[in-house]
Amino acid sequence: MQSPIDDTVLTQQGFNSVGGGRSLIIACGALAREILALKEMNGWDHMDLTCLPAILHVYPEKITDAVQEAVLKHKSSYEQIFIAYADCGTGGLLEAKCQELGVQMIEGPHCYSFFEGNAQFAKIAEDEFTAFYLTDFLVRQFEAFVIKPMGLDRHPELRDMYFGNYEKLVYQAQTDDPDLTRKAKLCAERLGLSFERRFTGYGDLQVALREV
Amino acid sequence: MSDQEDDIILSELDDEELVQQMFDDLYDGLKEEIEEGVNILLERKWAPYDILTKALVGGMTIVGADFRDGILFVPEVLLAANAMKGGMFILKPLLAETGAPRVGKMVIGTVKGDIHDIGKNLVSMMMEGAGFEVVDLGINNAVDAYLEALEAEEPDILGMSALLTTTMPYMKVVIDTLVEQGKRDDYIVLVGGAPLNEEFGKAIGADAYCRDAAVAVETAKEWVGRKHNQLAS
Repeated sequence: MQSPIDDTVLTQQGFNSVGGGRSLIIACGALAREILALKEMNGWDHMDLTCLPAILHVYPEKITDAVQEAVLKHKSSYEQIFIAYADCGTGGLLEAKCQELGVQMIEGPHCYSFFEGNAQFAKIAEDEFTAFYLTDFLVRQFEAFVIKPMGLDRHPELRDMYFGNYEKLVYQAQTDDPDLTRKAKLCAERLGLSFERRFTGYGDLQVALREV
Repeated sequence: MSDQEDDIILSELDDEELVQQMFDDLYDGLKEEIEEGVNILLERKWAPYDILTKALVGGMTIVGADFRDGILFVPEVLLAANAMKGGMFILKPLLAETGAPRVGKMVIGTVKGDIHDIGKNLVSMMMEGAGFEVVDLGINNAVDAYLEALEAEEPDILGMSALLTTTMPYMKVVIDTLVEQGKRDDYIVLVGGAPLNEEFGKAIGADAYCRDAAVAVETAKEWVGRKHNQLAS
């Protein structure tokens, strides 16, 4: 999908598309394009979208406070607020906070699970725990989310300390984009992993947003 | 700190300067320099245990503190750990020969369904550095693997690690099985991993949650000390 949104901006700063909707989606920046695509596809004009910087994915301990801050900031302006995050490494803290704030969130452990479909992901998890997952966004932002935070740009010799126990890279494709598939294959090569592309579409993200 | 290092000849430093330089080299993750430093100290008749605790653990303690304070990040800690591993590799057989003091014994492993071992490996290394005997079960351990190892090794401590919110509940499966078999109180159970927290540790019935390797060592020492005191009284 072509989008005017800059991925680096989504990673570092987040994104705002607010204007008159009665519901607000507070999302991870890594889901911005996907949520906008779903909005357009389904004519969900009642939804506004604000995204927190996607790079919080690398610092999950910061997610809960950032979400809380965004909820408190927008609460008085919307009838309903929905949190487009799963647990995302917060160890249940985000769920507890959402309950406290009276807002709903996406079910499941992380985006890899809800893109695959939580039930299906849980089913395959036992046989696929040596898989490293990338989504469309993470393929595009591979340097920012994998290479740089892990220091592999400066110290490629660390690769096997991080990835030695992994066997394959699964590219969960939200869209059909041959360029992204090519890039995902290169990501797998860089990490020394075999490659599998799996088209997931928007999975349970679409199901969750339908309720908003 | 690295610009001037090209000119430093480790063997020309006195003991105190050399240990200080080894702290810097560990901080910078310079494995070959650490190995050289260890060999020089051995030639100078340092006891292997002293090299381990004063030079290597001392240096890693600084690395650990700076990691906790957000000055160093995971890649730098891994490089430092790799350098320390180089030194440990030389010292380990010598430690066994020279009868270094043993603080206690730990069986440690990453839980079933989880292949992440960076944190666990750091804990293992720092525990060994602190004088614990460590039996590392590796990754993806089902409850039977833990139980067999506990039976065979008779450790003081069981350590469990998990990086995923989906795998961390498995720690409770292991602890519940120990309870069912009446063995829970035979071991100190320590848990750790990025998504865990103190409440989770309490909720599953662990003795303590350890947020990093340095805390794991301190907690282990404290609990083993307490256990020995209880046995003595």
